[in-house]
Amino acid sequence: MGSIDAAERTTTGWAARDPSGILSPYTYSLRNTGPEDVYIRVLFCGICHSDLHQIKNDLGQSNYPMVAGHEVVGEVLEVGSDVAEHRAGDIVGVGLLVGCCRNCSPCKSDIEQYCNKKIWTYNDVYSDGKPTQGGFSGELVVDKKFVVKIPEGMAAEQAAPLLCAGVTIYSPLSHFGLKKAGLRGGILGLGGVGHMGVKIAKAMGHHVTVISSSDKKREEALEHLGADDYLISSDEDQMKAAADSLDYIIDTVPVGHPLEPYLSLLRLDGKLVLLGVINTPLQFITPLVMLGRKVITGSFIGSMKETKEMLDFCKEKGLSSQIEIVKMDYINTALERLEKNDVRYRFVVDVAGSKLN
Amino acid sequence: MYQEDDDDDDDDDDGGQASKQAPGREREQAYRDLETIMGGLEVERTTVGWAATDPSGVLSPYTYTLRNTGPEDVFIKVLYCGICHTDIHQTKNDLGMSNYPMVPGHEVVGEVLEVGSEVTKFIVGDRVGVGIVVGSCQNCRTCKSEMEQYCNKKIWNYNDVYTDGKSTQGGFAREMVVNSKFVVRIPEGMAAEQVAPLLCAGVTVYSPLTHFGLAKPGLRGGILGLGGVGHMGVKIAKAMGHTVTVISSSDRKKQEALDHLGADEYLVSSDEAAMTAAADSLDYIIDTVPVFHPLEPYLSLLKLDGKLILMGVINTPLQFVTPMIMLGRKSITGSFIGSVKETEEMLGFCKDKGLISEIEVVKMDYVNKAFERLEKNDVRYRFVVDVAGSKLQG
Repeated sequence: MGSIDAAERTTTGWAARDPSGILSPYTYSLRNTGPEDVYIRVLFCGICHSDLHQIKNDLGQSNYPMVAGHEVVGEVLEVGSDVAEHRAGDIVGVGLLVGCCRNCSPCKSDIEQYCNKKIWTYNDVYSDGKPTQGGFSGELVVDKKFVVKIPEGMAAEQAAPLLCAGVTIYSPLSHFGLKKAGLRGGILGLGGVGHMGVKIAKAMGHHVTVISSSDKKREEALEHLGADDYLISSDEDQMKAAADSLDYIIDTVPVGHPLEPYLSLLRLDGKLVLLGVINTPLQFITPLVMLGRKVITGSFIGSMKETKEMLDFCKEKGLSSQIEIVKMDYINTALERLEKNDVRYRFVVDVAGSKLN
Repeated sequence: MYQEDDDDDDDDDDGGQASKQAPGREREQAYRDLETIMGGLEVERTTVGWAATDPSGVLSPYTYTLRNTGPEDVFIKVLYCGICHTDIHQTKNDLGMSNYPMVPGHEVVGEVLEVGSEVTKFIVGDRVGVGIVVGSCQNCRTCKSEMEQYCNKKIWNYNDVYTDGKSTQGGFAREMVVNSKFVVRIPEGMAAEQVAPLLCAGVTVYSPLTHFGLAKPGLRGGILGLGGVGHMGVKIAKAMGHTVTVISSSDRKKQEALDHLGADEYLVSSDEAAMTAAADSLDYIIDTVPVFHPLEPYLSLLKLDGKLILMGVINTPLQFVTPMIMLGRKSITGSFIGSVKETEEMLGFCKDKGLISEIEVVKMDYVNKAFERLEKNDVRYRFVVDVAGSKLQG
C-alpha cells in the first residue's frame, strides 16, 4: 500500500522511566523513511558510561521514557529515495548524533559533532518534533549523514563500541597532531574508552603507559592489551620517576579526580585530554600549567568523517574491541556492573538475538 | 693607596666599615682598579640593591657582592627596571619559596660596562636587557629547542642560587653580572625605560601568541585584566591584526581601553547580557588575572578550539567542569615568559610596529609606595624604576 498514508510503524525498546535508571520494554512510533533516511534493524548496541549518566539524570536534562544506547550496529532494511550510499542488507553503524544544522562553521568543516544545534540519538528532539530514542531497540530511522558503513570482514558486535569509544579516542589523537609514531602516551582509566585507547595508541606506534589507581589491571594491561608500562597513581615513587615523560594523557575517568598528579607526568607542551563527562568541578593550579606550557583540553566523540577513518584504521590494523555480549533481559544487571567498572571492557547487547517484548 | 682590610672583603653589610676606607663610589672604583691590577682573583666587587628582608616585602638598601666577570659574562650597569606583580608575590613569600635578603626586579635595561673574554655578542656601551632567567642547563630537550625558559634547571635572576653557589639578585640594583646567553640587545631607537616592561610583560604575551599559532591577522582575541601584561596584550594583539576585546570586572577602564590602548571592544564580566551575546566569539583569551577567579564565564566566550591562556601565578586552585571543555574542544593552557630568542623577536616586532609600553617612571626611594599601589592595581600600566637616576649607595 506504500507508506505515505499508512500509520507510523512502531518499535520496542528498553526504556528508563525515571532516574532510577531501570530499563523495561517500551513501544513507540518511528517516523516513516524520508528521502534521506535509512531504516535500520538493530543487531548489536554497546553500553557506554554516558548511558548511565543519562538514564539516571546525572546531568539534570533527562526526559523519560528514555531508550538509551548509541553504539549501534544494524542491518539496513530500507533506504529513502535520495540515499545512494547504502542499500538494504548493508551492515551499518550509528553513533551518538543523528542530526546537525549543516550550515554553521563546524558543520561546514566536517566537525559536525561541535554544531550548536546537533541532535543526539536519544533524549533529544528531532526536526519533526518527536523525541529521539536510541539503540537498545528493535529498529531505528536515521538520516543517512549519520549512518556509516561497517567495513567488510569486521564482526558487527565488535564494531559497536568503536562507534563511540573508538572514535572518542581516535578524534583527539588525530586533531591534536598525536597520530605520529614514537610518541609516549598515557591512558588513564581502563574501561571501554581506555581499552580502545591502548589498542589504538599502540597501533599508531606509541609507547603506551596505562595509569591506574590500583594494581588490579596490571596483567591485563601489559599482557592482554599490549600496554608497555603500568603506573599506579598512588605510588609516589613510581609517579615521580615518570614525571615529565608523556606527550599526552587520555583521561577517561568519569568521576571527579585530582589533575595534578597527571599534569606532572606530562612533558613540555604535553596534553591532558579529558573525555569524562563529570559534573563536579576539576581543579588545578596555574603554575603547573604555565611552567610546562601544558594543555588541559577535552574532546567529544568524532565526526562522521573521523568515524569512517577510524573504522578503516581499525580494520587495517586488525583492532577489535573486547566485549561481553549480553541479552537485553540482562541489561539492568549490566548497567549495575558497569557502574562498578565490572566489565572487560564493554558490554554489547545482542539486540537482534533478544526478545524485546 | 687604599687600605685593604681582609676582614671586610666579603662583608655584606659594610655600613659601619665605610669610615675606615674611602667613601662609597671611590671605594668601589678602587676595587675595580685592584681587580684590573690583580686580574680580579681575590677581590669581588659589591653593588647596592634594594632588598626585601622578610615577608613584609618592604625594600631597603642592601650591599652584596657580585661575581667577577667570567669569560661568558656581561657586567651591566642598570638603567631602568620594571616592577611586575610577580615581584610582589616573591618579596611577600606568597609562593612559600622566598629567601631573604631578596633584591627583586626582572625587567632590566642597562648598559654594558664590561664583557668576558669569550663574549662576542656585546661590547662595552651596548644597551641591553635582562629578564627573569639567567641560567639553564643547555643540555636538555627544551634548552636544545631554544625554549630554555622551560628548562627544569633554569636559574631565576633573583631568589635562586647560581652555579657558583651564590644567591642571585635582581634588577633593583646598581649593577648585575649576567651570562651573555641571557642578555638581549635593545634595538636602536627604543627608549630604555619603555623597553623594560617588554622584557617580561611583552614577551609573556608574544610567546604564547606565536607558539599557539595565534600570530596571524584576523583572529578575535580577548584580554582579561588590564595591568602590565594586559596592556601589552592589547597593543601586541592589535599590532598582529586581531580584533581585541578587553574583558574587565568593571567599567572603570573602558575609556582607556577603547580610546587610549586601541581595543575594539570592552566587555564587563558581570554584565550577563553582554557576556551571553559574546558567547562563542573569541579564538583566544589571554588571562592575566593574578588572583583566583572563575573560569567558566571566559570559557563560554571561546569559540570551538578556543584557547584560554593563563598567565597569572595563582596559588589557589582554579576550577572548571569537563563538559565546558569537551563540548567545544577548548583548551586551558598557560605560558611562562618567552625564550631569549622570542624576546629578541618580540623586541624587533615592537620596534617595527612602533609599540611602546605605558609606564610611570619612579625613583628607587618610591619603590615601596609603588609596590603598594601596584597591589591595588593603581598604575597605568607599569612602574619603571629609574635606577641609574636614583644613584644607589650602600
